Amino acid sequence: MAIGNKELIKLYRTMLTIRRFEERVSREFLQGNILGYVHSYIGEEAIATGVCSNLRLDDRIISYHRGHGHCIAKGADIKRMMAEIYGKKTGYCKGKGGSMHIADFSIGMLGANGIVGSGLPIATGAALAAQLEGKDRVAVVFFGDGACQEGEFHESLSLASIWKLPLIFVCENNLYAATTPARYAIPIEDIYKKADSYAMPGTVVDGNDVVAVYEVVKELVARTRAGGGPVLLECKTYRWHGHFEGTYLPDVRPAEEIEAWKKKCPVARMERRLLEAGILTRQEIEAMDKQILAQIEDAIKYALESPLPDPEEALEDVFSV
Amino acid sequence: MREITYMQASTEALQEEFRRNDKLIHLAADVAFELRQEFGEARVRQTPVSESAFVGAAIGLAGSGFRTVADIRMATFGFVAFDQFVNQAAKITYMFGGQARFPILYRMRNGLGVSAAAQHSVNPYSMYMNVAGLKIILPSTPYDVKGLLKTALRDDNPVISFEHMALGGVKGEVPEEEYTIPFGQADIKREGTDVTVVALSKMVYLALEVAEEMEKQGVSLEVVDPRTLVPMDKDTIRNSVAKTGRLVVVDEASQTCGAAAEILSIVVEDDKTFSRLKAPTKRVCGLDVPVPFSQPLERYVIPDREKIIAAVNQVMS
Repeated sequence: MAIGNKELIKLYRTMLTIRRFEERVSREFLQGNILGYVHSYIGEEAIATGVCSNLRLDDRIISYHRGHGHCIAKGADIKRMMAEIYGKKTGYCKGKGGSMHIADFSIGMLGANGIVGSGLPIATGAALAAQLEGKDRVAVVFFGDGACQEGEFHESLSLASIWKLPLIFVCENNLYAATTPARYAIPIEDIYKKADSYAMPGTVVDGNDVVAVYEVVKELVARTRAGGGPVLLECKTYRWHGHFEGTYLPDVRPAEEIEAWKKKCPVARMERRLLEAGILTRQEIEAMDKQILAQIEDAIKYALESPLPDPEEALEDVFSV
Repeated sequence: MREITYMQASTEALQEEFRRNDKLIHLAADVAFELRQEFGEARVRQTPVSESAFVGAAIGLAGSGFRTVADIRMATFGFVAFDQFVNQAAKITYMFGGQARFPILYRMRNGLGVSAAAQHSVNPYSMYMNVAGLKIILPSTPYDVKGLLKTALRDDNPVISFEHMALGGVKGEVPEEEYTIPFGQADIKREGTDVTVVALSKMVYLALEVAEEMEKQGVSLEVVDPRTLVPMDKDTIRNSVAKTGRLVVVDEASQTCGAAAEILSIVVEDDKTFSRLKAPTKRVCGLDVPVPFSQPLERYVIPDREKIIAAVNQVMS
């Protein structure tokens, strides 16, 4: 069944929301209004969007430090996200997590993990829960090429395989783990081929084509829901910004490489597709953009006007009562 | 009252809680056969030799509504999964602002004295104590292990239970009736008046032997077993020291930055208790060396009768 116009527009809207959100957060960070670390998802919007559009509310996802896109695509409230990024009391984690640790358990977003690779074992547990619940839920774990270099990648794929867990491993291969190129650190070029070692199917997709991601994930989710076990999906993509915002880490990537990938912008690509197919007009797209920018402005306002947490709150939530 | 072994008591605790809660899952690299026979393969699972994976899986499972027991077996294997313990399990409740609960029991076998050599002779509880977010229990008797494990299996937080390797066969009185032991409640294993001896894990037995012996020489030792390190019953320890005026802490773990250091600190930093001290506080701990294999070497490293007596005599002099 071909993807309908309504769905295409929805995919575009999600990607554009992520793009504008990340652009704004980057700007605010560079102006000194956001503290800590911000890892921009710009350039990779198609993956979070294409994957999460196939998920139900009761499916669970686990993300990593570059997690804003996954939160938005899973349905998080951008106001509460922004408040969290600003360290405010009204943020998702009451200001205790910040950008790297946004979570919304009520929508099945089980958190962004700051340690490369560490979300994968946790995701196997979430997938086991889905299996035991018997309601054909699935779990998805997002990670990068960096995580594929960690032992926990190996352990988690192995465990998911032997227990036939309903877990979809989504590798966002953007060719660099901070300043470590994947072509140097990983012995093979195509990460999806590692799936063979774990007796699970491995698939690769153009991570900058949201419709391609959507369609391949649709099949993978159906297969997983039906008890087919775990799968590994490699999305070839690229991040536009450095590992994190700011100048602490040099961006070692060649300028021509960055420019070449920017030409493959997933958002622009989808926009072209919608215009060429006559699904949306330029005015409609501009109106949507304006609307999204207004929503983000509201989110910033919400964050700025929200109070900081009281210092004594630092003592709360160490343990559940 | 009936007498059962420490091992049997711990098994009973698990069996009873598994019956009580059908969303309780067991993960271990070697299958818990008795448990599996009663509760089946779906609930009592065998994990591959991948500690990071299953220590982390316990977190994901618990955060998704299933209480989980992950038995690491020997405490030393826990180091492989250290990130999952200290960066994930310990912090996940807090850094997500309390959005979810993570009811997990991690069980580990600690201890020295069985010729297991350096890598398999560890008492790492103080390392985990230094990371906020993990509850830590150290049961010494069959009665304590059953009561504390049952409480752990009803606590909605990550709990690590350190159960000394050499205690499995120790027998003790355990009631048939249902009971639990709350965390943060120390147990005065023997009342006394001259010296407070706070002893951890297997050292409780050694302290009690020394107390029996020294009673005959007219020295009365009060043996206090904290039972849980996080939370720790500071009041009972302080009150005991305020009463006796003297403190010796006995811990098999290595001395530097050990749990004994923490116990000494909570006593001396309390104005009221400090003012009642009649002598400087002392600790008798494992030596700061990797644990050697050969028996005379290993014995030299571990706290023993002579070392405790010497410490008691020092604070008495």
